[in-house]
Amino acid sequence: MRRSVRIAGVALLALLVWHAVVTLFELPRFILPGPQLVLATLWTSRALIAEHALVTGVEVLLGLGLGAALGFASAILLTASPLARAVLRPMLVFSQAVPVFALAPILTLWLGYGLWSKVAMALLIIYFPVTSAFFDALMRTPPGWLELARVMGATPGRTLWRIRVPAAMPGFASGLRLAAVYAPIGAIIGEWVGASRGLGYLMLLANGRARIDLMFAALIILAILTLALHAAVDAVCRRLWDS
Amino acid sequence: MSTAPALKLSGGATIGGATIFGPVSLEAPAGEWTCLLGPSGVGKSTILRLLAGLGDEVAFSGEMGASDRVPLDGRVALMAQSDLLMSWLDVTANVCLGARLRGQAIPRDRVREILARVGLGDHAAKRPDALSGGQRQRVALARTLMEDRPVVLLDEPFSALDARSRALMQDLAVELLAGRTVLHVTHDAAEAARLGDRVLLMSRERIASVSPPGASTPRLYDAPDTLTFQGRLLRLLMAAQ
Repeated sequence: MRRSVRIAGVALLALLVWHAVVTLFELPRFILPGPQLVLATLWTSRALIAEHALVTGVEVLLGLGLGAALGFASAILLTASPLARAVLRPMLVFSQAVPVFALAPILTLWLGYGLWSKVAMALLIIYFPVTSAFFDALMRTPPGWLELARVMGATPGRTLWRIRVPAAMPGFASGLRLAAVYAPIGAIIGEWVGASRGLGYLMLLANGRARIDLMFAALIILAILTLALHAAVDAVCRRLWDS
Repeated sequence: MSTAPALKLSGGATIGGATIFGPVSLEAPAGEWTCLLGPSGVGKSTILRLLAGLGDEVAFSGEMGASDRVPLDGRVALMAQSDLLMSWLDVTANVCLGARLRGQAIPRDRVREILARVGLGDHAAKRPDALSGGQRQRVALARTLMEDRPVVLLDEPFSALDARSRALMQDLAVELLAGRTVLHVTHDAAEAARLGDRVLLMSRERIASVSPPGASTPRLYDAPDTLTFQGRLLRLLMAAQ
């Protein structure tokens, strides 16, 4: 309760500062519209914004789900197989040297203007943090547990599934928390490069027509969606793995 | 449980070229409780790890094994200073860890019986973080008993407990591990004086046997014989290095 009051206080303060800057420097509405105008646009264009937000939301959730599943599987494969480690690890690092932004046009070319090129962007941008956080945790199983398992005559497979994976779930959770914040960035980049729907597309469109108020309204909704996603992922992770 | 064999080890060990212990010789008689006492860093735990089949990093030259010449694999249970409980499993699942890791059926009745014997019958469904340090170490003891191995290796399992919990755990362990060959590494003279059927004093160069008082274990912690023996062990420990 006190936390939400604090957050509301900070938000109110930010709005006041914003309003003061716009009034003080007499900024025109096509450079920086004031908060009243943005909030008014948010209300009048709510149906339009909601329609595009829904598209972006679906892209982000699909990208997050698929990226998390792929990251989970990759980290397990890397842990279980030294061969996979030798082959895949350099490739993983190399893949991070290629800016995801640069791949967006290619993905659009391959997967089209629709949903899947954005899902692929979101997936690509979260795959490495999820894989890396989970893999690091898998490689840091307390040695005492592994030795106990060895003395008990455990097979490597059961040691992995019954000890290493559950022990590494907090690491997977921190990867997921990062992914919840990154995935919307991926989807938006995808929409900027080529789309006919989504919040990124709407922002680009509004910008082109000097509807900066609409752009800010879309931006606010995007920020709220991202925060909500992060909070939801955080709550699930806390419930499941951090006690 | 099959008949407990005696444990023998003679030889020296190095890790990465550095000597851990020189050529020493150790014997833990079948079905008895042997305490291996010594200052920190003389290689007591290394001996335990070698016997448990763990010391991959150790270069050991010499002989070790069971008196019946059957390999020790699968006949050893290990209990360490840290309870090594899995935080995501309840007490019952922790006690059954060995069976779960080997893919065997879980003998529910035996789990219940063993939990009752260590006094945790009412805590079967709790997670480790809901237990005290003493209770957690009792879960670890129950897990060791579930393994039902003739040889039990103890690596300072009671050293992190408060004095009262430690004394209670010592009594319980002696009662429940009776008949097994126990090798108990400790740096606590009082503990060795209470628990050892045999007490071995280890320094870097040698392992010497010190005869304990005649009273059966666990010896009373405040009996004059126990206290005298404890004093003697501590004096030897101070001289050893």
